[in-house]
Amino acid sequence: MRHDKHPLKAGTPGGRRPLAAGAPGGGHPLLARVRNSKYPFIVGFLIVPVALYAVFVISPYIQAFQIALTNWKGISATPQYIGLENFTRLFEDEVFWAAVRHHGVLLLVVPLATIAIALFFSFLLNLSGGQKGAGMTGIWGSKFYRVIFFLPQVLAVAIVGVLFQAIYRPDETGVINSLLARVGVEPIGWLIDPDLALWAIMGVMVWQAVGFYVVLFSAGMSSIPKDVFEAAALDGAGRLTLFFRITLPLLWDTMQVAWVYLGIAAFDAFALVQVLSVDRGGPDNATTVLPLEIWRTAFNFSKFGYASAMGVALFFMTITFAALTLRVTRRERIEF
Amino acid sequence: MSKSAGTPGEITRRQMLRRIGLTALVAGPGAGLLSACATAGSPAATGSAAPTAAGAATSAANPFGVAANAPLEVVIFKGGLGDSYATEVHEPLYKKKFPQAEIKHVATQQIAQTLQPRFASGDVPDMIANSGTDLIDNAALQQEGQLLELTELWDAPSIDDPAKKVRDMVAPGTVESGLITGKPYVMNYVFSAYGLWYDAALFEKEGWTPPKTMDEFKALCEKIKAKGIVPFAFAGKNASYYAYWMILISAAKIEGNQLLIDIDNLVDGAWQRDSVKQSAAAWAEIGKYMDKSFEGLIHTEVQTRQNQGKIALYPSGSWLENEQKDQTPDGFKYALTPTPSVTAADKMPFEAIRAAAGEGYIVPAKAKNPKGGLEYLRIMLSKEGARGFTEKSGNITVVTGAADGLQLSPGNASLSAAQTAAGSNIVTYNSFEGWYKELETELRRQTNALMFGRISAEEFCEKMQKAADKTKADSSITKQNRTV
Repeated sequence: MRHDKHPLKAGTPGGRRPLAAGAPGGGHPLLARVRNSKYPFIVGFLIVPVALYAVFVISPYIQAFQIALTNWKGISATPQYIGLENFTRLFEDEVFWAAVRHHGVLLLVVPLATIAIALFFSFLLNLSGGQKGAGMTGIWGSKFYRVIFFLPQVLAVAIVGVLFQAIYRPDETGVINSLLARVGVEPIGWLIDPDLALWAIMGVMVWQAVGFYVVLFSAGMSSIPKDVFEAAALDGAGRLTLFFRITLPLLWDTMQVAWVYLGIAAFDAFALVQVLSVDRGGPDNATTVLPLEIWRTAFNFSKFGYASAMGVALFFMTITFAALTLRVTRRERIEF
Repeated sequence: MSKSAGTPGEITRRQMLRRIGLTALVAGPGAGLLSACATAGSPAATGSAAPTAAGAATSAANPFGVAANAPLEVVIFKGGLGDSYATEVHEPLYKKKFPQAEIKHVATQQIAQTLQPRFASGDVPDMIANSGTDLIDNAALQQEGQLLELTELWDAPSIDDPAKKVRDMVAPGTVESGLITGKPYVMNYVFSAYGLWYDAALFEKEGWTPPKTMDEFKALCEKIKAKGIVPFAFAGKNASYYAYWMILISAAKIEGNQLLIDIDNLVDGAWQRDSVKQSAAAWAEIGKYMDKSFEGLIHTEVQTRQNQGKIALYPSGSWLENEQKDQTPDGFKYALTPTPSVTAADKMPFEAIRAAAGEGYIVPAKAKNPKGGLEYLRIMLSKEGARGFTEKSGNITVVTGAADGLQLSPGNASLSAAQTAAGSNIVTYNSFEGWYKELETELRRQTNALMFGRISAEEFCEKMQKAADKTKADSSITKQNRTV
């Protein structure tokens, strides 16, 4: 399989690193306290990681911008510059727009579903068991469930893909379809029905992501002071009220981060689509995503220039999304 | 698809990718980065082929003037064919001829990842078996002046009969199959035929005969279906081109090879000719006998089901038998039948088959010992070399008569009979599959849509014509041309 990291992908914002590096709270207080005499010390620590970051992250980004202006085929040492032709080409590219539409759907569904499910689970695991001693507890067996939920996160995406190949197999040898067959339901073409395929793949994405966000939200919930809950409980708040009036508002920051992360994941989806979908992105382009088209354009069609232009487009989409999300969801921070 | 090399599955990936001419340049992260950086700097010396090994005098036994002591580096794609044919047959033959020459053997499954940085830096081997999922785009290499033209090889005297040229010792069409912009650059070595494969034992037991016309095919499908067997299938998930081969072969039988030539040359309206429409409509009818679920299966899954007796006819090429040998139960006898005729007025008879040379071997223009590379290819094209290849890999080569006297498997025997019956009625290969990958990708997509009943034959032709027109209008795609 050829779905692992590749140079163009490195040049597109598929990963989380660039954002994480610029994420709020990433070390400004520390720097502020530094005195001049300490600079060599700090620089000594930073020089290696920053150099690595510059060479392996920043420079491919810049190169992608450069290559996007050429008609490079991937072999010659001297690509020709063709101006913005690759970008004008994008506007007429049906497959490109199909991929963009799919990212739109992914962007709505994957973060919403993942966050909703993860919130629900982490609330059950942490707070729904009622009061016990000094604080709130989760439902019975919550520690066990926590491990179970996190498990998919440990699996490599490729393995998840191969697993779901068997789960979604369209005839009665598939895991889901063999269960359906027992109750007399005809096999469902999870990945071969153009109307269903993208949803099936989103299902896998959500399944894999939920565990991580359960842990993330659990951490967020455990940092909410217990007396807040106690006070609310004393005032007669039920579980629903506790969840919507106390937990949710106090988790806002964490959810904002989750939304950005999941949004970026929605701009990727490369490996799953590549492994699971019919004819890579099919049937009839029903599941294709930009990273897959970038990969295909570069490595199948030998159009590295055009592929880089797609990469640049994807870069701006991701950046716009992240900036918008952080801005739109900005609220007054509640200090506790 | 994630199967390791050496498994039977690999041979199809490798062979089919060669066959569809997957000119994909699949470089790994490292290779890509290195080459990406390389764009900034080193100037390209394009077009020049300057052999660096000091040549020796040419002679009848040494037509290229190979320096006897020049080292030779051979890179072999180690997939379904293995690499023992090189280490145990061809390399010893070379060594026997040039005992002083030191042979460096490199076996890899990742030709592009291994070699792309080496091409960029100029340190290239002398002979490459350019195959597999990760092969290097031959056309792109040629455009960059990285490939040695093989005219010299084809015109050299054959090892077996110095009175004849090498080109006269191979199956017709072999040299042509390796043309890029009209000149031979690739030596395609393995000989394959395409058609519908079935289990001769099962057909005999049930009293079925392979269909000669599409009407017979439909009637047979009904009979097979009544037995609870799927009459026809292909794997939509990764091998829909097996089906479009059938569509295009049938269309070529209706109209003649000129259709395929016109399709390759992007002639206006070629996809919307009656021959393509009739063929697509006829195959779409056959598609109705397939289970919908086959669109979500990969080729090995479908092929194994055929071995289990659940599928009657399967479109593929002659590597199928070798690919499936571990899954094939005793008593299963692979046999090949040509694609059925569509109309009574077909230009080509039912017996016509598509047969073609595949599995490309190249000599880099900037190799240190390109003469040695050519000589190595000449040795491969000798009877001894070809016979050894067939013994080690189970595949027949383009060298005529080299496998004579070898014990043939049922599939190979059937292939040989089909070839004899076809005589000169050979359907040519589709070169656009390698030339225009975007068109090919669209054809895969539309083939699934047609065969699984989402679009009509009319729409199929219309969409393909649109894709062909788009390719034709795309200035960034280098146009190719063929006349034979």
